[in-house]
Amino acid sequence: MELVILAFVVWAAGTFVAVQIARSPGHDAMPARIAVPVIFGIMVLAMWELLVTGLNVSQVILPAPSVIASTFARSTSTLWGDFLQTALKGGVSGYLIGCSAAVAAALAIDRVPFLQRGLLPIGNFVAALPIVGIAPILVGWFGFDWQSKAAVVVVMVFFPMLVNTVQGLADTTAMQRDLMKTYSAGYWQSLLKLRLPAAMPFIFNGLKISTTLALIGAIVAEYFGSPTRGMGFRISTEVGRLGLDMVWAEITVAAIAGSVFYGLVALIERGVTFWHPSQRS
Amino acid sequence: MRNVLPVLTVLLVIVGIWYAAAIWMNSAWTIDRADGPLTFSEIVSDTMSQDRPRLPAPHQVWAEFQKTVFDTKVTSKRSLVFHGWITLSSTLAGFALGTVTGILMAVGIVYSRPVSMSLMPWAIISQTIPIVALAPMIIVVLASLGVDGRAVPKAIISAYLCYFPVLVGMVKGLKSPDAMQLDLMKTWSATGWQSFWRLRFPSSVPYLFTSLKVGIAAALVGTIVGELPTGAVRGLGARILIGDQFGNPMMIWSALIAAAVLAGVLVTVVSVMQTVAMKRMGFAR
Repeated sequence: MELVILAFVVWAAGTFVAVQIARSPGHDAMPARIAVPVIFGIMVLAMWELLVTGLNVSQVILPAPSVIASTFARSTSTLWGDFLQTALKGGVSGYLIGCSAAVAAALAIDRVPFLQRGLLPIGNFVAALPIVGIAPILVGWFGFDWQSKAAVVVVMVFFPMLVNTVQGLADTTAMQRDLMKTYSAGYWQSLLKLRLPAAMPFIFNGLKISTTLALIGAIVAEYFGSPTRGMGFRISTEVGRLGLDMVWAEITVAAIAGSVFYGLVALIERGVTFWHPSQRS
Repeated sequence: MRNVLPVLTVLLVIVGIWYAAAIWMNSAWTIDRADGPLTFSEIVSDTMSQDRPRLPAPHQVWAEFQKTVFDTKVTSKRSLVFHGWITLSSTLAGFALGTVTGILMAVGIVYSRPVSMSLMPWAIISQTIPIVALAPMIIVVLASLGVDGRAVPKAIISAYLCYFPVLVGMVKGLKSPDAMQLDLMKTWSATGWQSFWRLRFPSSVPYLFTSLKVGIAAALVGTIVGELPTGAVRGLGARILIGDQFGNPMMIWSALIAAAVLAGVLVTVVSVMQTVAMKRMGFAR
């Protein structure tokens, strides 16, 4: 019971500190911007730990953060192997193939307005479809190893990427294009100097959306057959034997991998599109 | 309307590629089975009508779709309408839950700096966690808590995917009135409640509908993901899973077509609602 009360004390204290920092004059500075979410996160973890132990919640329903952490520390080599198999071999290779294929396709479409008007509505529609459903088909075609996971990722990231790139390539004003003409720039010159740079914010938007899709695709595909390693494989087998601490450790890996992946793309974006208003504030 | 011809052309090309791929992918099986050498036309006609093709031809998928949608009683477990309904009801429940959560969080973020500073980074991180990793666990946990059936876990998963676009859109929308408009509300000595309902909320509606279109598609993806890895027996995702386990490609493909139709219908319904609401509110020009 004391632990439950302590949990609420932690809650009150965390909220108080966060509110104080947010109301202080320095709330726009970098330290405050990092401190507040971190305090919030620590508060949630502490309350989770205290409530789970205090209320004697069964390990099968919700393991305490400390249990998850010790499982994580105990099985780093397994987790690392799963990460290599799913995130790097399946996810990243599929992501690279799918995104570059989509950009290439967008550049090809861009030269033919007829194709553009035909493909864009279809691409928009397909981007809204639950494409993960094709995972079992592709696993059937490409076998159980990472190739089939990469194939699922390729199909999943292709259409959002295509739509974004085509939109981005159209995002120049008539004035800018006319200026390129007065410089007597050819198609390739105005593509490289004007339209591709102008399309970069859209392309990076697509790339960022695709990071999450890539991990989802790679993990779902493993539910339909995989070698005896991989994050999706581990999650489905451990859920089967109620090893929820291991499942949570895998989710931690997925969360870290997803955030790092997204962060890397966002970092590259900041370097490439430094001129865009959204990057300047 | 000027897009109709290009779209139809592209669709025709896609069907053409599909047929060509079906012939190419299924021909290995045809040649394996044959006793002697086959002519090209014999190979083609066989690849069009295999029972378990690697890639079923479009007309085979269409026949299966027609059989399970129109020729089967709606109450039957073989009817795709029945499975589609299961998926649809979870999608709508998740969509409602996700939309309400997204809007409430957006209001909190716009009105309170501590909430904004502590929630927003975590909301972004929550989207980088692949939800599918959580799906099997949510189902096991809810089952051990005594929640029967799969409707609730599926709705939670689809709400998880759908709240984020709504949150982002609503934060943008609620912040869209400029300082001049907010000052005007102040000169009328409007209360916070009044300036929310008369100014901030109405100006956020265009943003809301744009996010809802993304959100409803995401909710459908969430529901199908929730049905896929979990041994569900009802719903479109379950049809895909069962089709995979029994090696019945036609079943997988027709469920995929049904999911695509459902997605199209849902997005269209939201767009129509958007057009009507925009007109009534005077946004349309």
